[in-house]
Amino acid sequence: MTGRTWLRHLAFLLPAAVAVLALTYLLPPFRTYQLATVGAYLCVTAGLTVLTGLNGQLSLGHGALMATGAYTLALTQNALAGRGQWTLLVSTAAAVVVTTAVGAVIGCAAARLRGPYLAGLTLAVAVVVPSVTSTFESVFNSDQGLSVALDPPPLALGATFPYERWQAWLSWAGALLTLFLLANLVRGRFGRNLRAVRDDEAAARLAGISVARTQVSAFVVSAACAGLGGALFAVLAQSVSPGAFPLTLSLFLLMAVVIGGLGSLTGAVCGAVLLVALPAATHSLTDAVHVSPAVAQRLEGNLPLAVFGVVLIVVMLALPGGLASLGRTLRRERPDP
Amino acid sequence: MERFLFLTFDGLSRGAVYAAFALALVLIWRAARIVNFAQGAMAVATAYAGYSVASATGSYWLGFAVAIVAGLLLGAAVERVVMRFVDHSSPLNGVVVALGLVLVIQAVLGMLYGNEYRPAAAPFSRSAFQVGGVALLSRFDLFVFAAVSAVVGLLGLLFTRTAVGLRMRAAAFAPDVSRLLGVPVAGMLTLGWALAAAVGSLAGLLVLPTELGLHPNAMDLVFVSSFTAAVVGGLDSAVGAVVGGLVVGLLLSFVSGYLGATVAPMAVLALLLVVLLGRPGGLFTRGRARAA
Repeated sequence: MTGRTWLRHLAFLLPAAVAVLALTYLLPPFRTYQLATVGAYLCVTAGLTVLTGLNGQLSLGHGALMATGAYTLALTQNALAGRGQWTLLVSTAAAVVVTTAVGAVIGCAAARLRGPYLAGLTLAVAVVVPSVTSTFESVFNSDQGLSVALDPPPLALGATFPYERWQAWLSWAGALLTLFLLANLVRGRFGRNLRAVRDDEAAARLAGISVARTQVSAFVVSAACAGLGGALFAVLAQSVSPGAFPLTLSLFLLMAVVIGGLGSLTGAVCGAVLLVALPAATHSLTDAVHVSPAVAQRLEGNLPLAVFGVVLIVVMLALPGGLASLGRTLRRERPDP
Repeated sequence: MERFLFLTFDGLSRGAVYAAFALALVLIWRAARIVNFAQGAMAVATAYAGYSVASATGSYWLGFAVAIVAGLLLGAAVERVVMRFVDHSSPLNGVVVALGLVLVIQAVLGMLYGNEYRPAAAPFSRSAFQVGGVALLSRFDLFVFAAVSAVVGLLGLLFTRTAVGLRMRAAAFAPDVSRLLGVPVAGMLTLGWALAAAVGSLAGLLVLPTELGLHPNAMDLVFVSSFTAAVVGGLDSAVGAVVGGLVVGLLLSFVSGYLGATVAPMAVLALLLVVLLGRPGGLFTRGRARAA
């Protein structure tokens, strides 16, 4: 990685930050909250893009990793409650560290597994979340979950500073930092190794790349991002419970990454926007058509699922090369050296 | 000791269901090299179809038959409409498409029936017989054993003693040669999916009364347990799937009985992890060639 790449990414980052800042002043509070949610999702989809898109490892367990981050933040934050704004930084860091450690454990197992085996193992990780929170009830408070003690926005910003804007700032600070770091990471040697391992393990091994180490690192990086995303989710919702991290969440994340365009961080941004926009769109759709409240409730919860599923299938079938070739098709647009 | 005996029989009964479900996974894996992650959702969908018929007509067995037939049709439809067009150059593709199916099926079920638990009827009493003062088996458990044994036996006969079974195995083992010899390979694949989905439906009908009931997500944990069973047996082996199913059933029963029901999913995860790291090919397969 040259210094110029680094600067170029910074040149993307600054206008993006300014744009988000402007949006938080222009949008109404609810939209600002949605913007904040996009930021939190973005951390996770960006990390998953690196893992699945660039390294070819499928993870259905990212919902569980988010839960790890969220619960760590909640526990740390509640332990440090009321000591000032800096505690949020500490508990977010703790969330990232703990999730990274969990990701390293799963990643070590994952590096030895391929295809459906890896999918099955990570699926098992995703469904085990409610079991863990119920078994260690005294810590995680079972299905009720924990509430997160958070300080109001700093007084320096003014007494009437909207809370949603503060949340959006926090979550986009995390998201843009994640994007910036990942963009630099995947443009360098690490990214090259990831792609080499994805495209041909044997060739990568012959070229002197440690396949296992590369795969574990990819999982660790991706887990750290998921931990940050989960922590931001806890900050946004001000509570954590197993119900917020169902298996469907993991599938949604994967879908966002697949549809957004595997292997590109721009795709991760599209995916994160889609994750918030699609349920919102179906919500306004069910509001628009006049049906009984019971039917509306059923539609509202399930229509996004159906749309996500159909889009996922169509994208997979319409791109005959599937996951792996998507990146290749994109790269073929550039002249071969 | 009494508790141990009860848990053993309970585990075997659960394990029989997991074995059937794992067998369905193995059937598709052997035919198409796809682990059907939508199996659980498909089974729930057919169980809902059976439930609708049973509550409309008042006959459990009519609902039962409808669910099995719905399984056959749904399996064939999934293969014909979706899975046939999946590109197999990467094993991820099949998994992702199956997960898309899970979302669609669960969403449609949620829209039609709502996301609340509905009671799943059992055809026989679930209260256990007393043998010498010890509660061992219920009529329903006996029904489970009988149904699963029948399915395993029939599938065994189908694959080893009939022309169709031979064609199915040939189509899976050497598709190109089989095609040259006049075997309708695509048709055999559809038949394999249909059979597997019907077996999955049966497993669903057998497991749902013992769990919380009908719910679009009701089979998520069952799927994970059965996947573990199939992996313990080594995905490729039908005998392995049955043994794996019984192992997982016993493990779940003992863990739930002695440590608490909430620990059970973690035990399954631990077993899956141990088997995948220790013997990734399962207990019934030999080693494979190295890549580099």
